[in-house]
Amino acid sequence: MQSSGRKRRASFYLLAGFFCAFVLFLYAPMIAVFVLSFQGPAGGMTFPLRGASTYWFSDLVTSSRYGDLGGAFWRSLALAGASTVLTAVICFFAGLAFRRRFPGSGIVFYLVILSLVVPGLLLSFGIGEMFQLLGLPLHWLVSGLGAHLSWTLPFGLLIMFAVLSRFDGAWEEAARDAGASAAQILLYVTLQILFPGLIAVALFGFTLSYDEFPRSLLTLGASNSLPIEIANMTSSVTTPALYAIGSLTTALSLAVIVGAFAGISVIRRHREAS
Amino acid sequence: MSAKGEIRVENVTKEFGGVTAVKNVDLMIETGTYCCMLGPSGCGKTTLLRMIAGHETPSSGRILLGGKDVTTTPTGKRGTALMFQNYALFPHLSVADNVAFSLKVAGVGAADRRERAMAMLKRVQLAHLSDRVPAQLSGGQQQRVALARALVTNPQVLLLDEPLSALDEFLRLRMRTELKRLQSELGITFVHVTHTQPEAIALADQVVIMDHGTVEQAAHPREIYDRPHSPYVARFMGGQNVLFGTVEARRNDAIVVVDPAGNRFTVPVLSGFNNRAQVALAVRRDAIRIRDDAGDADNAIRGEVSSVEYQGTFVKVALRTAQKDEFLVYQNESDYFAQPRAAGEFVTAVWDARRNVLLAGANNSSGDPIGE
Repeated sequence: MQSSGRKRRASFYLLAGFFCAFVLFLYAPMIAVFVLSFQGPAGGMTFPLRGASTYWFSDLVTSSRYGDLGGAFWRSLALAGASTVLTAVICFFAGLAFRRRFPGSGIVFYLVILSLVVPGLLLSFGIGEMFQLLGLPLHWLVSGLGAHLSWTLPFGLLIMFAVLSRFDGAWEEAARDAGASAAQILLYVTLQILFPGLIAVALFGFTLSYDEFPRSLLTLGASNSLPIEIANMTSSVTTPALYAIGSLTTALSLAVIVGAFAGISVIRRHREAS
Repeated sequence: MSAKGEIRVENVTKEFGGVTAVKNVDLMIETGTYCCMLGPSGCGKTTLLRMIAGHETPSSGRILLGGKDVTTTPTGKRGTALMFQNYALFPHLSVADNVAFSLKVAGVGAADRRERAMAMLKRVQLAHLSDRVPAQLSGGQQQRVALARALVTNPQVLLLDEPLSALDEFLRLRMRTELKRLQSELGITFVHVTHTQPEAIALADQVVIMDHGTVEQAAHPREIYDRPHSPYVARFMGGQNVLFGTVEARRNDAIVVVDPAGNRFTVPVLSGFNNRAQVALAVRRDAIRIRDDAGDADNAIRGEVSSVEYQGTFVKVALRTAQKDEFLVYQNESDYFAQPRAAGEFVTAVWDARRNVLLAGANNSSGDPIGE
């Protein structure tokens, strides 16, 4: 409560109202989906709830109505995992390389940004077309992974730049002065100091790939990823199982993010621990 | 065979993309010397230090350590250790691991390197903080860790890049004393880069004054203070007035220099000088007395008092004269208060002919990197 007795102006209430509406808009659908995923076996896709159960979660696993949902999930997870590792590794070294101006560094940088700007669907179409032209079969772990990297690498690189802005090159010089070889400097100094930032890069690689839809659409070949599978289901499935999938995938993303931040803060605390 | 800590710089030049940072420098630093490299920012002192450390390679010329050519020897393999300006302590390692880092990369076992790191930390009185990380230390403590990390490999040469500039005034004076003590205990060569002249005078056995990539003068601080080589050195070291004039006559072992206002200075010289030659000379500000009038005496200059500053142990009286530089007199406190001067008064400054020092070098820059 305001103890100062100062009266709030009308603009405060207006802006506070706007903020609340925004929060509601952001989270209400997610919460509604979460609640509806626990719909009773006899319930439908809308409120009210008819009893509460985990029926639709088990229905996802047991029923054959949903196509290859499990396979799509594991494919998406594997794709996101590969994107995570490759994004972290490539962006780490690319970020280090961009600390110096090498011949063509400007062009390379703009090419990287370009792949961020190009519409995903168009890129997806182009990759599909190119593979066909070359007579190569589309495969989710080849053309699919490539399409995802065109999205995760630019983001990862930009984050890496931010991470590196707080990195002092004198640390590497100090290590060299102490007699460390190039490999020892990379392993004991550069990588270790940058590691928390690298987790952030990897995290972006994961989330961007895990729910990527447009770049997956025409590049995965015969088998689908989870976002495409879910998108297909929205037109055919009319049960709360759809919500159950939503709750599960959100929970997984959340777990990954919380895990990553916990990892970063554990490292931080270790460095500042008394 | 040269002693291990001897540094010899032979005709070294360093260019960075068309800009010459260090130009044809020749320098000899004897083993066990506390050497201070002094100069304004951008004078090339840090580049020279980094070349000795092996973090830069000379564009031409040679660098020898202990008689061995190390011009292209990688850093970390030449018996030097560099203490970085902002210490560059590894933020992710404990104090003990920071100090032990060079031992770790050299393959020394964990127990052995811990023991040696702790011994070095004891030496800088930080053993009780060995498990902290750098972020938890004060500036002075970080500085000691950096020192311990540099010394743990038993280098023959310790290179210090502005080691005291990040500390407050009180700590700076304390660490200054400690550096000097450490150097005489270890008996190794210290090369210390600084831009503050009192630091150099207090610490150094040898001061190397640099400007625009060249060495202006390298000598004991007392020698530099008493016999500055050029107007630049005299101005940069401070405590001196620089005067200009034309040689008018020769008198025994001295020349008579007359300035545009007609003041005559008799300057002791060893060799002859052509009449009409333009020369510069320096006079120490604490060797000058102030009179109401000195008549027609030599080694005197008349001027108007422009400001008076009380400095505790002495009084700084500034005179406006016909000379370009402001003319300062450091007057003994009791002398000044026996006859105080006020701004606007006209007085004559007089000094002994023996205090005139001829400035042979031509470098006339102000020592101020901007105001040239």
